[in-house]
Amino acid sequence: MKSAVVVFPGINRERDMARALKLASGNDTALVWHADTALPDGTDLVVVPGGFSYGDYLRCGAIAARAPIMDAVRAHAAGGGLVMGVCNGFQILCEAGLLPGVLMRNARLKFICKDVHLRVERSDTPFTRGYNAGQVIRVPVAHGEGNYEADEDTVKRLEGEGRVLYRYCSPDGALDEQANVNGATHAIAGIVNDAGNVLGMMPHPENHVEAIMGCTDGRGLFAGLVEHFSHAA
Amino acid sequence: MKARVTVTLKSGILDPQGKAIEGALKSLGVDGVASVRQGKVFDIELSGNDKAKAEAALKQAADKLLANTVIENYRVEVVG
Repeated sequence: MKSAVVVFPGINRERDMARALKLASGNDTALVWHADTALPDGTDLVVVPGGFSYGDYLRCGAIAARAPIMDAVRAHAAGGGLVMGVCNGFQILCEAGLLPGVLMRNARLKFICKDVHLRVERSDTPFTRGYNAGQVIRVPVAHGEGNYEADEDTVKRLEGEGRVLYRYCSPDGALDEQANVNGATHAIAGIVNDAGNVLGMMPHPENHVEAIMGCTDGRGLFAGLVEHFSHAA
Repeated sequence: MKARVTVTLKSGILDPQGKAIEGALKSLGVDGVASVRQGKVFDIELSGNDKAKAEAALKQAADKLLANTVIENYRVEVVG
C-alpha cells in the first residue's frame, strides 16, 4: 500500500499518521506539502491528518480545503482512490465538498481530549474490514469542533445507505447521551461518501497502534486498509 | 470602495456559542435578551469604483470561502 499524507501549515498529527501507516504497511509514506499540485505516482491512499491547519481561521479546515493540493486529492477520489481524513482532516474534506455535512462546535462547548469508545457499524468496507461489525474499539479524541451536523435528507441518506461507519458508544457498545461526547447527530464519529472511497472520522486511530500508547485498538483500521490493497493487487 | 459581508448561521442551526453568550448577558444583569446568535463581519476594501462588479466579486468571495453555505447565509453591502 502506497500512502501519501497531506500537510498544511498548522497540521500536527502527520508524523503520528506516518508512523501508523509505516507500522501497518511496512512502507514509508510520502509527506505532501499543501502547495504542491500533484500526488506521488501510484498513490493508493491519501490521508489528511489532524491538527489546526491555518489556526482554524475562518472555519476549521476552510482554508486548507481551498489549497492547491486539494485538486489532486479530489481527482484521486474521483478516480476511485481512497482518501481518509482524521479530525481536522475530516473537517477539511467536508469543506472541500468530498464529504457532506459540517463539523460544528462541540455541543457542550469544551475541547475534548480523552479516550472514547466507538462502535464499528459494518465490517465490509476498506476502512472497517479489520474489525468485526458491532465491535467496540477505544480511540482518543482531541477536538473542539467535532459535532457532525447535516441536513435531514443527508442524514437520512447516510443512515439508509449504511455510510455511517463509526459511532460514539459506551464501553459495552450502547448508544447513550453520555457516550456522545460532542453531541454529533446520531452519535456519528465517522462516515464515507456515496462511492465509499472517502472516509472522514473525528477520533485518532493512529494514536492507538502500539503497546506503548496504552492501547492498540486503532491497528484494525490500518491493517484492514493494507489488506484491501493487497487483495486488489 | 468599502464593503461589508455579514455571515450568519441559517435558522434552525444550533448555536451553542450564542446560547453561552445569552447566559452570560443574563448573569451580567442585562435584562430582556430573548436570544443571541453569533455571526461574522468581514470589512473589505476593493479597488475601482464599479459597484456592480464589486458586488459580484463579493458574492463570489462569500460563496467560495467566507460562508459555508451548508450552514450559513450572507449579506453583501457596498458602502461607497
